[in-house]
Amino acid sequence: MSDTFLLVTLFLPVASALASLFADRYPVVMRKLAFPLLGLGGIFGVFLGLDTLLHGNSATFVYPLGLPWLNWHLRLDSLAGFFIALISIVVVAVSFFGPGYIREFEHGKQPLSILGLFTGLFIEGMYLVVLADDAYSFMIAWELMSLTSYFLVTYQHQRAANRRAGFLYLLMAEVGALAILLSFGILAGFGDGFTFDAMRTAHLSFTWSTIAFSLGLLGFGMKAGIVPIHVWLPEAHPVAPSHISALMSGVMLKVAIYGFMRLSYDLIGNVQWTWGVALLAVGCISALFGVLYALMQHDLKRLLAYHSVENIGIIFIGLGLSMIFYGTGHELLGTLGLVAALYHTLNHAIFKSLLFLGAGAVLQRSHEHDMEYMGGLLSRMPWTGLFFLIGCISISALPPFNGFVSEWLTFQTALQAPSLQSGVLRAVIPLAAASLALTGALAAACFVKVYGISFLGLPRTRNARRTSEASRGMVFGQGLLAVLCLIFGVFPSMTINAINNATLALTHHSLDTATAHGWLWLTPVSAQTASYSAPLVLLGVLLALVAWAIVYYILRPSGHADTVRGPTWDCGFGGLNPRMQYTATAFAMPIRRIFSPVWRLHEKIEREPRKGLPEEPAEIRYQLHAEDITWKWIYQPIERLLNIIARSVGRIQTGHLRHYLTYTFVTLILLLWLIT
Amino acid sequence: MNNWILALIQAALFIIFAPLFAGWIKRVKCWLQNRRPPSLLQPYQDLRRLLSKQVVMSVDASAVFRVAPYIVAAATLLAAIVVPLIAVNLPTTAIADVIVLAGFFALARFFLALAGMDIGTAFGGMGSSREMTISALAEPAMLMAVFTLAMVASSTNLSTVIHYVLADGMVLRPSLLFALLSMLLVGIAETGRIPVDNPATHLELTMIHEAMILEYSGRHLALIEWAAQLKLMLYSVLIINIFFPWGIASELNLVMLSTAIFAITAKLMILGAVLAVSETIMAKMRLFRVTIFLVLALTLALIGILSHIVLEIH
Repeated sequence: MSDTFLLVTLFLPVASALASLFADRYPVVMRKLAFPLLGLGGIFGVFLGLDTLLHGNSATFVYPLGLPWLNWHLRLDSLAGFFIALISIVVVAVSFFGPGYIREFEHGKQPLSILGLFTGLFIEGMYLVVLADDAYSFMIAWELMSLTSYFLVTYQHQRAANRRAGFLYLLMAEVGALAILLSFGILAGFGDGFTFDAMRTAHLSFTWSTIAFSLGLLGFGMKAGIVPIHVWLPEAHPVAPSHISALMSGVMLKVAIYGFMRLSYDLIGNVQWTWGVALLAVGCISALFGVLYALMQHDLKRLLAYHSVENIGIIFIGLGLSMIFYGTGHELLGTLGLVAALYHTLNHAIFKSLLFLGAGAVLQRSHEHDMEYMGGLLSRMPWTGLFFLIGCISISALPPFNGFVSEWLTFQTALQAPSLQSGVLRAVIPLAAASLALTGALAAACFVKVYGISFLGLPRTRNARRTSEASRGMVFGQGLLAVLCLIFGVFPSMTINAINNATLALTHHSLDTATAHGWLWLTPVSAQTASYSAPLVLLGVLLALVAWAIVYYILRPSGHADTVRGPTWDCGFGGLNPRMQYTATAFAMPIRRIFSPVWRLHEKIEREPRKGLPEEPAEIRYQLHAEDITWKWIYQPIERLLNIIARSVGRIQTGHLRHYLTYTFVTLILLLWLIT
Repeated sequence: MNNWILALIQAALFIIFAPLFAGWIKRVKCWLQNRRPPSLLQPYQDLRRLLSKQVVMSVDASAVFRVAPYIVAAATLLAAIVVPLIAVNLPTTAIADVIVLAGFFALARFFLALAGMDIGTAFGGMGSSREMTISALAEPAMLMAVFTLAMVASSTNLSTVIHYVLADGMVLRPSLLFALLSMLLVGIAETGRIPVDNPATHLELTMIHEAMILEYSGRHLALIEWAAQLKLMLYSVLIINIFFPWGIASELNLVMLSTAIFAITAKLMILGAVLAVSETIMAKMRLFRVTIFLVLALTLALIGILSHIVLEIH
């Protein structure tokens, strides 16, 4: 059954891409055919992924495509199944959301066919990356994913900022792809072949495996968005259409995580604890950096992009802990870290897609992308507001939603540090736990800001005041993901049972202790060490509310209405207006003062002097921009260095044909000499 | 079954006696400041008065504003179910460990901060912003202090931790000392006491917690006030029972339970008095000095963990 399902899952996105070629003439094709095909493919994908994941079987397929001596190898194992299910869930939600969202593009300057074509191919590319079983097909699929998403980022190419963002994205994607290619090259060189099976047999020395690992970290990290190679994320995510942002941030980053896991645990194998320390450092820095920069943003989608950096950091903390424990021979604890990372991968895919879809709905209905111009959206978009709130709670890691479970598991892994032999490692891991705790608390502050400023309070502009609820399909797409946030939060034991099969495929270990006490209890190491029962927590909340309802109905004061509404108390001065509310910039001000060295802040205060009273300005404008510190300290030096190198190389570019012929001749001689 | 009933009784004790504890602290403070204290039962009367009053709500209030008090109360109540008051080994402590406990407090705070921003007045936003800033530093400090304990006892379950400390006897562990100091600082910050926040003031420039709940009235305000009192008691009990658990009932018989009730009452009275003394001799800090206070708490907790790792693991 699984090969039919596989073919259908792979065929439908292509069919959707081809169908949308007719969308320019008949825009209805997008809504009625292209998106439903995507969604159908997604549903098949969910079944395919879950089937593979739950049964823990694996199947290999060889298709006569590609190079003459190297057919396309595809392999569907539990890990691939996990990621296919993850991609498909988001694809299904997007296919409900998309038809309503693209209405604004139907009369736009850009052809709809481009959007549909590249969306389909982009999803196809992601499926193929996860399935690829040889380096050649992996790279083809990887490039398919990168290039199609470049066209999606630059879809609204009329604005120069979008083109710039797209170019930055393309540049970094290709540098990353080169690093991945080199990493595969090392493995293929030692393992004698480009299939993953051949690579697994490679015997690498510590140095070579570390080089391959570092190249993989660079390549996949560039796609996943770890600091300091994250700079494309906050540029590219805000400019892409929102359902594409959801796919890119929610899913594509996870595909990079998949590639990294596959490379380091499976292909290189034999993970070292030193790599774990590196990942731990990278993870902590990314998590803290991401959340601190997110706090300074007031563009909703840009803020969410920085939160992706934060969450990727959390995933890397899990992976780092896992590698440290695997590398020192603690298989059970290593698996715990891996499960935490995989769980957070799943959670982030769901709640980040949800938040991006919500941001898209807000953008479409209010035409505002800056939070400072929003406000009071909850009463105007009740459903979007509710689902966005669920997304905010989940990403802030609050019980009983899903983000909490994975962070809890990561904490539990970190707390097992005393079982390590090395004193240094024992001391380093609590610092990682501290930065994770700080990240979580700051993320909660950031999402109070996001929700409080944009959905609560009074509308700050006319656009915000006139906003209305998004279309039914858009709301349903978000609702689907919101429900999943709750389900994965309340039933962690069942989820971990499924994830166990994925870790089994990757490392031949699974975390059976976590679910040893039934579906009600989650006990990562043992019941004495730590336990959490999310279903009982939810039950407790519900019981408390019911108990209160009973008390209230018994004690209710009779005779007069129990709630009266009136205008907000204005201290007797009158004239409360929306401009008097706290702004996003003001909300983050105390945090800005505390952590001020982290950003390069550009503050601009403009005073409009009042006629006759120069001391008392008639108008004050305040602008704040937090510049990414990596630009000044990393990218600009690299740029200068490249310019210097380019200038010195430029000296040999004389422009005379005879010189170039000489160069060619000398090069050929050198190459011949090298070969012989 | 008996255990579950006892667990419910324990939660009920928390609910019932939280206002009394707040009243006790107020009474000691009054004594120290040469004022005539109100009746010990005054907090109950305040709650009763609020519960019987009409709710007056702004026309701009959204559903979040109406729901928040219930979620705050429910989350704090869940925390009360989890924290051991008079007996360890109760089945409810397995529902959630200390990290989840911190999560409950975070959930309550999240909704309270949202509610503060809902009406769209400057005070609410100011309170929410300050509250989230303080908690952004206090929560990691609390988790780190808790992690010190978790590493010492190699467990995050409160029951197991308390068992470990009981079995360990009256030994002086430097790590626990640092963790205790850190927890005290965090407890003060998280429950909004002097010198971080002043629960008695409505002076606009210094308000934090009060600024967030300024728009609440009637039963909503009652629930929030009660949740705040419960939180204060929870933190106190947490500190007492983790660091000074002696007297807590480890077996469920009448003698041990009555000893435990007597012991926890005495300990809470002492801690309340200490809190009252410290609130009397200290003034409220400027907002940005609070950072130093909390970073101190975080540093102490980290030193606690490191001293455990360096000194106590063999």
